[in-house]
Amino acid sequence: MSEAGVRGIILAHGSMATGLVDAVRQIAGIEEGVLTPLSNKGLSPEAIGDLVRSHVHGPTILFTDLQSGSCGFAARRYCHDLADFVVISGVSLPALLEFVMNRQLALDELAARVVERARNAIISSPGDAAVNEHRAVSR
Amino acid sequence: MSIVLFRVDERLIHGQVVVGWGTVLRPDRIVVVDDALADSEWEQELFTMGLFGELAASFETIEEARAHLAGWRAAKERIIVLTRDVASMRKLADGGLLRGEQINIGGIHHAAGRRQILPYVYLSDEETRQMSALSEEGAVISARDLPAARKVDLNEMLGNNRET
Repeated sequence: MSEAGVRGIILAHGSMATGLVDAVRQIAGIEEGVLTPLSNKGLSPEAIGDLVRSHVHGPTILFTDLQSGSCGFAARRYCHDLADFVVISGVSLPALLEFVMNRQLALDELAARVVERARNAIISSPGDAAVNEHRAVSR
Repeated sequence: MSIVLFRVDERLIHGQVVVGWGTVLRPDRIVVVDDALADSEWEQELFTMGLFGELAASFETIEEARAHLAGWRAAKERIIVLTRDVASMRKLADGGLLRGEQINIGGIHHAAGRRQILPYVYLSDEETRQMSALSEEGAVISARDLPAARKVDLNEMLGNNRET
């Protein structure tokens, strides 16, 4: 069991959630129970909702892969009555790293921070190279 | 033909439909035929969150859909018709309204009382009966979760059911 703080659940297609948790472990070294990977494979919408609910114990952010689709829909449809529960779609490694590094924050503050970080982490190259131009030390 | 797909899928509007079939069939609209959803605006909003581009969605009761079928067939837009269960599709077909139409069984998942027919299709005895009744109404039934997957016809599905 992890120390106090917001917990995360990743709900995604196939084995994506397991892979993401593995990647977060490699980078940030998280404790057991901080991030729980779940798959929608072979489950009805109701069963997905039941699965998520069974893993919610206290303030939780549920990360889903697609905004809608079976994961996002089931989370919003069957878990909308849960207290201290936020759904964030479009899960990514930058979002999860922001989460594990700041999960002592209040749930709403943390959720907003994670979303902002995830959005800002999407860039193209060379198209967005100018964003970090000021960081170059050799100029 | 403007109805490009009739599909039974418990998850209704989700990735396989929007991305998998949508990429191949290029629908303009998805019509969800479901009595409960047709009366639930907040659930409709949840389902439409996942649509992108110009793809639209509408939600109709079975009776409304039966009245609109002819119009959809004649429409210029390309339409996917979804139900969440076999019983709803059978009611839509009642009286031969879907005679000759191909009905795609896309995803009916594990639940108490159901037996596995295919990796993505589980059926109860009642659902098996409904599927046979749908076939007797003249619809041509086969299972295929995605366009590139193997098409499994009704006889093979029911044969699988008898063997298990």
